[in-house]
Amino acid sequence: MAAEVIPANVRASPRRRLPIETLQAWLFLLPAVVIIGIFKVLPAIAAFYMSLFKWDVIQGAFRGLGNYTDWLYDSPLRSPDFWRALSTTFAYVIFTVPLEMAVALILAYLLFQKMRARGLYRTLYYLPYVTSFVAAAAVFVWVFNPQYGPANAVLGLFGIGAQKWLEEPSGIFELAASAFGVTLPAWLAGPSLALLVLSLVTVWHYLGYQIVIFLAGLSNISQEFYEAARLDGASERQIFTKITLPLLSPTTFFVFTVASIGVLRSFDSVYVLTNGGPLDTTRTVTLLVFRTAFQQAQFGLGSALAFILTLVILLFTLVQFRVLGRRVQYG
Amino acid sequence: MERGLPRFSARPRIGTVAKHSVLIFVAVLVAYPFYFMITSSLKDVLEAARTPPTIFPTELHPENYADAWNRAPWGRYFVNTVFVSVAVTVLELITACLAAYAFARMRFRGKGVLFTIFLATLMIPAEATLIPNYVLMSPSRNACLGLPCLGWFDSYQVQIVPFIASAFSIFLMRQFFLSIPTELSDAARIDGAGHLRFLWSIVLPLSIPALSRPDFRPVQVGLSGFRQEAGSSYHLLMAASTFVVAPIVVLFLVAQRYLVQGIARTGIRG
Repeated sequence: MAAEVIPANVRASPRRRLPIETLQAWLFLLPAVVIIGIFKVLPAIAAFYMSLFKWDVIQGAFRGLGNYTDWLYDSPLRSPDFWRALSTTFAYVIFTVPLEMAVALILAYLLFQKMRARGLYRTLYYLPYVTSFVAAAAVFVWVFNPQYGPANAVLGLFGIGAQKWLEEPSGIFELAASAFGVTLPAWLAGPSLALLVLSLVTVWHYLGYQIVIFLAGLSNISQEFYEAARLDGASERQIFTKITLPLLSPTTFFVFTVASIGVLRSFDSVYVLTNGGPLDTTRTVTLLVFRTAFQQAQFGLGSALAFILTLVILLFTLVQFRVLGRRVQYG
Repeated sequence: MERGLPRFSARPRIGTVAKHSVLIFVAVLVAYPFYFMITSSLKDVLEAARTPPTIFPTELHPENYADAWNRAPWGRYFVNTVFVSVAVTVLELITACLAAYAFARMRFRGKGVLFTIFLATLMIPAEATLIPNYVLMSPSRNACLGLPCLGWFDSYQVQIVPFIASAFSIFLMRQFFLSIPTELSDAARIDGAGHLRFLWSIVLPLSIPALSRPDFRPVQVGLSGFRQEAGSSYHLLMAASTFVVAPIVVLFLVAQRYLVQGIARTGIRG
């Protein structure tokens, strides 16, 4: 700043400047406030209001939290659907998130080093992320087609019998065991093969995005740490486990949180690939909301379920912050 | 951004080969669906359904593209897509830049509360607001919780207006603004630029790459309808998928270079 020093107490006081800046700031914010207010905040309030009523297309009797308790335990018709959808949703998270994070981290680590064709790899890995799920689904349904799909042709190379993939309702443990002639009890059957395929497609789609985030995280680690470690004679593996991983932990935590929330909320992928089938084994909570509201026209029940899902996501995120947030090291 | 770990002289060969093998293996897995889509789109009906699939089409059938194109009003889908995505991108860029700038660089009353509300909307799954939004758009007057319904079914505005401001973009842009060195804004201030001027001539050019994410909704809906119609004519479905995906991929390839250049030019690491 200029050198004609004005004593701090004589400068235009921030208190007097504030109203003009407040006015200007709110003008800047006006478009966003209007749009988000009308299409996000008001509908959210309306949805909560609807969730308290019996509401099939038109408003019915006030039910209080009746719609919520129906889903959680009260209704023998609804609550089994809810718990099944919730466990399907969590299985979807467990199949998807750790796998995609591990692969993305390894690839980002490799791509971060100076090498040939780095840009080419990075572009290639990112392509699925810009491709829509709808277009991807058209291809994947065919890749995993039980009769004609190349996925079965690959299995054939290893002498493994053809699978029904996205049309297979049987659990993966059940399938694996039956390959060895063992029959498992129903509770050990595991999530369906269709759900596993759904997860693999999801990993395919988000991999490039996560690689980019991990690459950004890696570039934020100061080179000095590496140089110091090298001078002390640390091995490549030691450098990775003692420097890269701990200093990358804020990025890892961010990716983990965003990825799990993304899968918990995901709808498109399920809707276009399996639409909940086969035998409802891929029916996630979001799909159940959609079915309840738009196929059965139960707006009240649908809204209640959407809020239950919101609470589940909130709780899950809180637990993540509590359990993992503490271990994050900010370098 | 482009820095890498210093190269090691010890055992470079084996390391490099192993590294590239891993990268190529994953690249093949990632690229295979694209390859499968393009090759299938050039096969005839019978060959497209052969097991195991042929790696190369025995005979090229580029006429599949014309055939698929003529089976649905794709021209219309694409015009709609371009219109909707340009409108959404431009308008969202404006609302997000303005709002994010206010959050990042201005002091005003109600900032904390408003920012919290915006962040809270990110927690609400789209499915929760889907039902009221559906009702809000409907033509019927009595179903709108006492508010007038918009009657926007089957319109352009229903695909544009709700999407021209998103809390996520605002949050993203705010983080981005916070990363712009204060020296830049100080320099602009000294040169006599106000908030708007600074936004328009310095911040906006820097942030276009961060916010451009074209939305191909209409053409995707078209494709999903075509999936039913094409039935077992998979070669046509693959041809349609190819021309739906191609513009997005080309756009990305162009924008990617621009993004890297922009970062290199300003010296600001993303």
